[in-house]
Amino acid sequence: MKPQNNILRKLKGFMLRTMPNMITCREFEGFVVDYLDNELPEKQRSKFELHIRMCKECRQYLDAYQRTIEISRRACSSSDDAVPDDVPDDLVKAILKARKY
Amino acid sequence: MQNSSPNSLTDKQAEELVRSNIGWMLAIAERLLGERALAEDAVQEAFISAFQGFEKFENRSTLKTWLHRITINAALMKLRKLKSLAEQPIDEYLPEFDKSECRLEAEWTHLASTDNIVANEESQARVHTAINTLPKDYRIVLLLRDIEGYSTGEVAQYLKLSESNVKVRLHRARAALKKLIEPLLRDEVF
Ligand SMILES: [Zn+2]
Repeated sequence: MKPQNNILRKLKGFMLRTMPNMITCREFEGFVVDYLDNELPEKQRSKFELHIRMCKECRQYLDAYQRTIEISRRACSSSDDAVPDDVPDDLVKAILKARKY
Repeated sequence: MQNSSPNSLTDKQAEELVRSNIGWMLAIAERLLGERALAEDAVQEAFISAFQGFEKFENRSTLKTWLHRITINAALMKLRKLKSLAEQPIDEYLPEFDKSECRLEAEWTHLASTDNIVANEESQARVHTAINTLPKDYRIVLLLRDIEGYSTGEVAQYLKLSESNVKVRLHRARAALKKLIEPLLRDEVF
């Protein structure tokens, strides 16, 4: 990392920690789940949204995080549809046999 | 075996019930347990408790929801009995911050589309592997909330955890999964 970047980061950190209505990136982390569930109280939500506007790292992080949720959901639901083709006959028989006892 | 209760199943109905539901039940159990053989055991146990409970089961419109719960319970019961294998600690996949609490995130110049990833079989397999790589306590929460669609409260009940604990685990699981599939998200694999 360039030294100039380092100074900018320090400045950003200082600003986020000290200015009113700001939260740090670490605090932002703790709000993500509630924010996406629409369960963040108004006051925290506006701080969260302000942080998104101000911080490119968190903005990009949140995009990738949401994309991850979407992908995991879609990747798993399409594999559900794919299963019924190969109903395992031995297992079906074992289950029906177990029912008799 | 057959008795006069109106809800008891004939052999043919039982077979029908098994054949039309076993596919998705296996898929759920395999995701939770991470292994086909264990999933088959769990699904067998699930059907046995379903047959036992069927006489008392009234609302047929929610049959799938009911079987869904039975499957998850059977899989979780199995999971509790499993010795925890040596798992990678989740910490190494979690977001990092510098001393001034600023996020350390490599710049994103490109974010792959969901459609592209899901359409590609190999990438889809990578996503499944990544989910399986998550430590069990985190994987379960992610699967129940994000994939199976249960609420935070329901997941807390299933796992006997507090809601805030569920949220913490969910967040870590998602963040770790993001890290694990980052090469896909950045379009670096294909
Ligand atoms: Zn930030």
